[in-house]
Amino acid sequence: MLATIAGRPVHVNDEGFLTEFDEWDEGVAAALAADIGIQLDEERLTVLRFVRRDYQERGTTPTLRRVSASGGFDTKRLFALFPKKPAKKMAYVAGVPKPVGCV
Amino acid sequence: MKHLLVLGAGTAGTMAVAKLRPRLPASEWRITVVDRDDEHHYQPGYLFVPFGVYDRADVVRPRSRYLPEGVDLVLGEIAAIDPEGRAVTLADGTVLAYDELIVATGTSPRPDQTPGMLGDAWRRSVHEFYTLPGAEALRDALAGFDGGRLVAHVSELPVKCPVAPLEFLFLADAHFRDRGVRDRVELVYVTPLDGAFTTPAAAERLAGLLAARGIAVETDFVVERIDADAQALVSYDERAVPFDLLVTVPVNMGADAIAECGLGDELQHVSVDPGTLQSRRYPNVFALGDANDAPTSKAGSAVHLALASFVENFVQHARGLPMTHAYDGRVNCFVETGGGKALLLDFDYATQPSPGRYPLSAVGPFSGLEETTMNHVGKMMFKWAYWHLLLRGRDLPIPSGAPRSDAEPRLEGAAS
Repeated sequence: MLATIAGRPVHVNDEGFLTEFDEWDEGVAAALAADIGIQLDEERLTVLRFVRRDYQERGTTPTLRRVSASGGFDTKRLFALFPKKPAKKMAYVAGVPKPVGCV
Repeated sequence: MKHLLVLGAGTAGTMAVAKLRPRLPASEWRITVVDRDDEHHYQPGYLFVPFGVYDRADVVRPRSRYLPEGVDLVLGEIAAIDPEGRAVTLADGTVLAYDELIVATGTSPRPDQTPGMLGDAWRRSVHEFYTLPGAEALRDALAGFDGGRLVAHVSELPVKCPVAPLEFLFLADAHFRDRGVRDRVELVYVTPLDGAFTTPAAAERLAGLLAARGIAVETDFVVERIDADAQALVSYDERAVPFDLLVTVPVNMGADAIAECGLGDELQHVSVDPGTLQSRRYPNVFALGDANDAPTSKAGSAVHLALASFVENFVQHARGLPMTHAYDGRVNCFVETGGGKALLLDFDYATQPSPGRYPLSAVGPFSGLEETTMNHVGKMMFKWAYWHLLLRGRDLPIPSGAPRSDAEPRLEGAAS
C-alpha cells in the first residue's frame, strides 16, 4: 500500500515497513524514527547505513549479532539507540524488511 | 577416482551418505565421513532425559553401525578446512583431499559466549539440556527441586529445535503436577522474540498453552550476562530475571573450523543458497542440516525433507550438469505439550504453520496445531523410525499405527 511519509508517497506493508528499498532517504528515515519515538542523529544514521549496505549485499536484514559483529557497533549501545527491540527498529527506520526470526 | 568428503556423521551426514552411496558409482566415487567419535546421539531424545523417560542407552548408538557399505569412517577432530586447496586437515595432522565437500558438522551450544554462564553455578543452578551430560545433570537437579522459580530461557536465535524449551516447560509443568508440588513452583519462559514463538499462528497457539498452564512469559529479552551472585539473567537493556533454577539454551554456533576458513557467517554457519544448500562461495562445497544458514528450522526434520532435492541435485552436479531441484524449506515437528499429548507444526520457507494434517491433508492421523494423544504417539515412535529408517536413508512409511519393536519398550508407558 501507499503511505505518505515526509511529504511523499512510499510503498509500505501492513506493518509499515518500506517495501521498496530505493524509496528510502534520510528524510523518510527521520519521519519513520519519529513515528516510533526516536530522534534521528548522525550516530543512528551511521548504524542505519550499515544495515542498508549489509541488506543490499546479502539480501537479508542483518540480525542484532551481525550489526554488532560485522558492523562493529556495541550491542548495549544499540539497545540505547533503538530501545527494547533494536533489530526490528533498525530495520524499520532503515527501510529494509522486518527481520525474520528463524522458525 | 573422485572423492566425496563428508564432515560429520550425525543426522545430516549419515542420512546423506545413506542416500548418496547407491547413487554414486563405486567405480567413480569414494566416500569418506569424518567425525570426532563413534557415538551417534539421537538429539531429540535429550528433551526426555531430565524427566527420566529416556536415558543414555536410548539416545546413544555407534555411528559406524548406521553408515552404509562403501563409506569409510575416519575418527578425528577437524582442525582446518581449506576450500581453496580442497583439503581438510585433522588434529593429528592427517590431510584429506576432496573433490566435493559436504559440511554436516551441526551447531552446538556455546555457554562460553554468555558472560557468567560457565561460573560456579554451571550444572548446579544453571542448566541446559542440549547435551547428554547437561540433560543428565538437569534430571538430578529436577529430582531435588521441590519449589521455587524455574526459568527456561533462550539466549539467541537460531537454536536447534526452537520449540524444545517450550516443550521442556510443558513437561516440567506435568512433572511438578505429578509430584504434587506444582503450586510451589513458578514457571517462567524468557525469550529474545516478541512472542512465545516466531510465526504468528504458532505463537498465538503456544502462548495459549503457556497461559493455560500458568507459565509467565518475558519477551524481547536479549541476555547480556548471568549474574551468579544475584542468581539472575541480565539483559542488554538492564532488566533482571531472577531464578532458583535456570534452564537455558546457550547461543548455538557452528564448528570453529567454519569461521576460520571463511565459509560461514558470524555464528559460524555455512552461507548457502537456500534451494540447493550449495556454498555461496565454493561450488564444490555444500552444507546440510544445522551447519548451514538456510532460513528454516535447525532440526533433523529439515535435513530429512531437504535430502530429496539435494540428492538429485548432487547427482546432477557430480555429472557436471546444472542442478534443477530446490528445497522449499519444509520442516515438521511434533511439539510435546505434556500429559501424553502433542501438537504438530508444519511449515516451509514461504508458508506459516497451519492446522493441517500430516502426512495426508484431511486424512491424518496427526493433527496440526492441536493437542492430541496421537501426535504424542507420533513423537515417541519417531525415535524408532529415526534409528531404523531415517539414518539408513529410508523414508517414513505413511503411518497407519504405531510401529512396535523391541527398541521401544517405553512407548506405551510414556503415552499413557
